[in-house]
Amino acid sequence: MGAPEPVLSVRDLTVTFPTPHGPVRAVDGLGFDVRRGETLGIVGESGSGKSVTSLAVMGLHTGASVSGSISLGGRELTGLPERELNRLRGRKMAMIFQDPLSSLHPYYTVGEQIAEHHRVHFGSGRKAARERAVEALAEVGIPDPRRRAREYPHQFSGGMRQRVMIAMALVCEPDLLLADEPTTALDVTVQAQILELIARVQEERGLAVIMITHDLGVVARVAHEVLVMYGGRAVERADVDTLFAVPAHPYTRGLLDSLPRLDDSDDEPLRAIPGSPPSLLAPAPGCAFAPRCPRLADAPAQERARCETELPLLDGPAGLPQVLDSSPKLSASFEQGGPPCTGGTPMVACHFPAYEGVAP
Amino acid sequence: MTFTEPLLSVVDLTMTFPGRRRSAPVRAVDGVTFHVAAGETLGLVGESGCGKSTTGRMIVRLLEPTAGSVTYDGRDISHLSQRELKPLRQDLQMVFQDPHSSLNPRQTVARIISDPLLVQGGSAADARKRVAELMELVGLIPEHIDRYPHEFSGGQAQRIGIARALATGPRLVVADEPVSALDVSVQAQIVNLMDRLQRELGLAYLFIAHDLSVVKRVCDRVAVMYLGRIVEIGPKERVYAAPAHPYTRALLSAVPLPDPAAERARERITLHGDLPSPAAPPPGCAFHPRCPKAQEVCRTGTPALRRMEPGAARQVACHFPEAA
Ligand SMILES: Nc1ncnc2c1ncn2[C@@H]1O[C@H](COP(=O)(O)OP(=O)(O)O)[C@@H](O)[C@H]1O
Ligand SMILES: Nc1ncnc2c1ncn2[C@@H]1O[C@H](COP(=O)(O)OP(=O)(O)O)[C@@H](O)[C@H]1O
Ligand code: SF4
Ligand code: SF4
Ligand SMILES: [Mg+2]
Ligand SMILES: [Mg+2]
Repeated sequence: MGAPEPVLSVRDLTVTFPTPHGPVRAVDGLGFDVRRGETLGIVGESGSGKSVTSLAVMGLHTGASVSGSISLGGRELTGLPERELNRLRGRKMAMIFQDPLSSLHPYYTVGEQIAEHHRVHFGSGRKAARERAVEALAEVGIPDPRRRAREYPHQFSGGMRQRVMIAMALVCEPDLLLADEPTTALDVTVQAQILELIARVQEERGLAVIMITHDLGVVARVAHEVLVMYGGRAVERADVDTLFAVPAHPYTRGLLDSLPRLDDSDDEPLRAIPGSPPSLLAPAPGCAFAPRCPRLADAPAQERARCETELPLLDGPAGLPQVLDSSPKLSASFEQGGPPCTGGTPMVACHFPAYEGVAP
Repeated sequence: MTFTEPLLSVVDLTMTFPGRRRSAPVRAVDGVTFHVAAGETLGLVGESGCGKSTTGRMIVRLLEPTAGSVTYDGRDISHLSQRELKPLRQDLQMVFQDPHSSLNPRQTVARIISDPLLVQGGSAADARKRVAELMELVGLIPEHIDRYPHEFSGGQAQRIGIARALATGPRLVVADEPVSALDVSVQAQIVNLMDRLQRELGLAYLFIAHDLSVVKRVCDRVAVMYLGRIVEIGPKERVYAAPAHPYTRALLSAVPLPDPAAERARERITLHGDLPSPAAPPPGCAFHPRCPKAQEVCRTGTPALRRMEPGAARQVACHFPEAA
């Protein structure tokens, strides 16, 4: 299958913060693509580098050094002058956050703010921009949009505020929507509404979406392709069905095993991952997951030494396709209508990957 | 079923907060009734603002109810004074959501965990010994006894919070979103720990959480709250497998499953609109503006929490419950 050109292409992205305790490499050598109409889920625990990644894509880091390549619609963004970047930001790509209040001004009505955004990017007149704002509010399902446009952010509920942010993001008709934990602060019934809304506008406009979240359930619901992050690095990348059915990285597998599930029997204790996420201040030379890795714990000394000293790179290991072909869970998933992903072979950053599937 | 006296009985529990400035009073908890037997876990779920924390805080008497009663071990404690409550504190403890902000950053672990012991009048040397035992019990390294909270990760800090709650040998622990602030991989550790402690120490839990998957894992029975009231309560197998209240059904169907195939196959009930403010709850059934099954009677008549059928363990507050 010929994959369409990606809307966004990121290669070898590295973000380093200078801190009093030395440099912190919050994101290290990250690469991914997102295509039109597709959703890339970026999942990882807190501190794994998800937000730092999204801010880097938006070009919003001030105190950090960012290297690598970020290319939007074929255009290289790294090294672009601030003015150029400002023009593209909001226009070609838009971002929504966990806390909409942090990016809405308390003293202007939401209608004014959306209109202003439109005016800046399209040079539209006041009246036309105001009309566009009302239309945008209607499109995201805000009842009585003309009246609500004249209200201030604090007059909106959390879910309605996130709709306002989506309206603001869409008013400039971007190609890429970056959503950083957009539903984490919302209740589950409101989360369902917002995820549905994003899916609808994605379908209508063919948007490329990056959905950043710590919630594997959200990823399973919305993503076509998934990137799992740990300690600032990608540990696994695969289409959503492969990732959930036959996770190859011990961390991905550990995460899936440790989740309490609605469809579980509840009898056995949860298979928790021991220990806690790594410190970025003193990264180990080898695999960041080594201190917690069950596969390493059972491995012979020689293999252990390799994990502890040699950084595993994100690779598509040989032998993967056969294993995938023989996974009953995965073929069931595909038969059931899962979208084969255009992103290419699954990749994993582990010296000893295994495709054993999640515990039954 | 045995009809022994429950460890905790909450009857018509109500909390009305005076309105801030000129706004209307908020009835955060509105006539809540349930029981918790010794050694069992009751899960309390519902979306934010539905009154879970307020209920928990009344039970451990961090708040005094404005109406209704809390009976612990046969004794009405609803209006006891702080002095009268003191001996009860060893029995009734609370674990909070945010492990770090619920621990005093200027106190060592030794001090934090031993505080409740010293309040009860133990000697300092005994207390220190007990702290080391408790640390071991909750999976902390006893040698870290003189460290400060910031030296611990979120999961370890929650272990400290649990050790503090267990110091006085309580029989009931109210855990208010004890794993909500933790990463998934660490959540499972704490859930397993609480499970083990319950078995070893015979604890009863009121486990408050908004995450239905976590609650399903830990509880024996579950109560679902909406706008200050219980809309459904019963044995967890029944409630999760065949929810009777339209809100419970919608809530369960909104939870994303970590399984893409299941997600695609699933029929979801999407609720429209937001949670109404508890300062101005809708009349009749408070859920009616969002309920897919609402009828005329729902707008005016408030459904009482009733047994699904005579003698049934499950109760539901709906004019048109789903068949069990
Ligand atoms: N401005 C900053 N200065 C130093 N370190 C930072 C800064 N911003 C983020 N970090 C570090 O980068 C890491 C990744 O953070 P982040 O991307 O926010 O994680 P998350 O995956 O939770 O979104 C964290 O360990 C954080 O401490
Ligand atoms: N001290 C207080 N004063 C006024 N209102 C309060 C107070 N505490 C809680 N509330 C209100 O009571 C309602 C229930 O709150 P809470 O019990 O914290 O809900 P939950 O724990 O289910 O999220 C909310 O509307 C909240 O704003
Ligand atoms: S490289 Fe080694 S330590 Fe790292 S995840 Fe793979 S097996 Fe575990
Ligand atoms: S009483 Fe009516 S509105 Fe309320 S939950 Fe039942 S059917 Fe819905
Ligand atoms: Mg983040
Ligand atoms: Mg609460």
